[in-house]
Amino acid sequence: MSAAPQNELRHEDSVPQLADVSVPAELKAWIEERMAMYPEPKSATIPCLMHAQKLHGWLSPDAVRQVAAVMRVTPAYLVSVASFYDMFELKPRGRHTIYMCTNISCMLRGADAVMAELEAQVGVDNGGTSDDGIYLRNFECLGACDIAPMASVDGTYIGPLTVADAKALVEDLRAERDVLPEKHLTRRPAAATYWAAGKRIEQGGER
Amino acid sequence: MDDLLFHDIDEPGLNTIEVYERRGGYETLKKALRELDGDRVLAELQASGVRGRGGAGFAMGTKAGFLPKGTMDKYLCCNADESEPGTFKDRELMQKNPHQLIEGIVLASFAAGINKAFIYIRGEYDAQASILEAAVREAYEHGHLGENIHGSSFGVSLVVHRGAGAYICGEETALLDSLEGKRGNPRLKPPFPANAGLFQGPTLINNVETLSNVSHIIKHGGEWYARIGTEKSTGTKLVSVSGCVQRPGNYEIELGVPAREIIFGLAGGPLPGREIKAWFPGGSSSPVLTPAELDLAYDFDTIAGAGSMLGSGAIIVIDDSVSIVDVCLRTAMFYKHESCGKCTPCREGTNWTTKMLQRVSDGLATPMDLDIIASVQKQIMGNCLCVLGDAMAMPVSSMVNKFRGEFEAHIEQARAKHTPLSEAVRAPLDLTKQGAIA
Repeated sequence: MSAAPQNELRHEDSVPQLADVSVPAELKAWIEERMAMYPEPKSATIPCLMHAQKLHGWLSPDAVRQVAAVMRVTPAYLVSVASFYDMFELKPRGRHTIYMCTNISCMLRGADAVMAELEAQVGVDNGGTSDDGIYLRNFECLGACDIAPMASVDGTYIGPLTVADAKALVEDLRAERDVLPEKHLTRRPAAATYWAAGKRIEQGGER
Repeated sequence: MDDLLFHDIDEPGLNTIEVYERRGGYETLKKALRELDGDRVLAELQASGVRGRGGAGFAMGTKAGFLPKGTMDKYLCCNADESEPGTFKDRELMQKNPHQLIEGIVLASFAAGINKAFIYIRGEYDAQASILEAAVREAYEHGHLGENIHGSSFGVSLVVHRGAGAYICGEETALLDSLEGKRGNPRLKPPFPANAGLFQGPTLINNVETLSNVSHIIKHGGEWYARIGTEKSTGTKLVSVSGCVQRPGNYEIELGVPAREIIFGLAGGPLPGREIKAWFPGGSSSPVLTPAELDLAYDFDTIAGAGSMLGSGAIIVIDDSVSIVDVCLRTAMFYKHESCGKCTPCREGTNWTTKMLQRVSDGLATPMDLDIIASVQKQIMGNCLCVLGDAMAMPVSSMVNKFRGEFEAHIEQARAKHTPLSEAVRAPLDLTKQGAIA
């Protein structure tokens, strides 16, 4: 067995003392309130990790220790949980996140071409973060096949995306603007209404 | 048949309690608490015959009846983890009419004597979770949740719990583990959740759409509901149609209408000049059906009789411009990525199936590999704690069996492109490109 790489993050397998850890007051209050919502406080693990991730940008060792100290669990336990779920980031990521759906329904509408254009525009391969902090990765079905091909940009569902939209999307992100506002899912009426208005389906790109 | 769940779904502000109550919302709850007891509400659910809308299609009233009587803590988990590829109906229901769901949750809790309820919503549904959280707050403020609801002796709490991205958490026992703050690994059954579920207490787990039906069933009566649809597939169903159609989206249908009416009549059929090659009738986990099967009645038993399943009600249409090899590979990659890794047949089976299909796609396979792929699927089926592995094995088997000719033709053509073959064999397979990334 080779030794663990130098930059491998090590997480304690004992519960850190709250007195030894500096926890932002807002985070501490949030976690305590959340734990009180469940018959067993440990149920709050995932929401609390997510809250800490939002605060820190990723689940840094500090972020994990802070949650661990308030929840009275070990950092090792929290990382074992976090590593199971796709939305937790155990490495530093960018300020912005693009999840591009490449599952079947989006693939059938040309998602691969849109993903390729996103990679070109962001300037990274799938899973990479650009120098200016845009993290791009493909994602499994996000549950919005009615607007396929689609992406979740910082949590906002956007689609249907064409190859041209991919360029505009990244430009909007870089300019810190609302991203493709006319394509937000939440602004779309139910299918029957939407199509009755004479809209036509758009293909994302060549398959 | 008028829409039931989707009635006036785009009414502005329907997600707020003011509009929902103005339209008669929560009146059914008040009336039930005033005039009925829990057993009567349960009897109506059983009489309705409503079957679970999440995938398994188990009768909801029967499941609720499995919970033991008594005064211990009992739990309801609303499964809002909707992650089955092609499915997006719960998303629209929660976003546009969250109170319909909440009223259903309170009524179902009343029926089964439940005092603690949770909505487990997938983490990706950020906007929908925020809307639900706001709706739950409103429902508390208006006395529809909490202790002694509307002056009755019945009370139930409700917490919206966000997941963090894992398909497996839609499996009911994995959902329970995840809700307990653990990795989302499925549990061995029995014991079933009705006896030992969340925190080892009796637990009822139902899908968003199923629970959204409850207030309508109680309002009009189980018998009324049972007259909608077919004898054994009662009610309406939200169908998510996607893929190669002209008008993708959620449509509410009466169970038992021909699939052709949904795909062509509602979703507009394939794009001009295209023909349907295959279709998934119930999410990517369901075995694919062919154009010859488009006139099947879209209900639980007819689709099961055709060797597939209605599943979550997600129809994915594949037209003749698409290679079935691509669809098969993409399907397998998904399950490989989402396998929790607990059971060997699923963990290894999804992994090796993906590798073999990649070889087929790359032109490095022979027709004999198709036989091996088919045999691997048989080794997965029924050999794991949960059905995630089966969920890959079923569609993959169906594609390899029904489109064997196309697979073989692809193998021939793709192999011909490789010269010399020896170099291609040495080149590492790029599985990271579209699949899981570390």
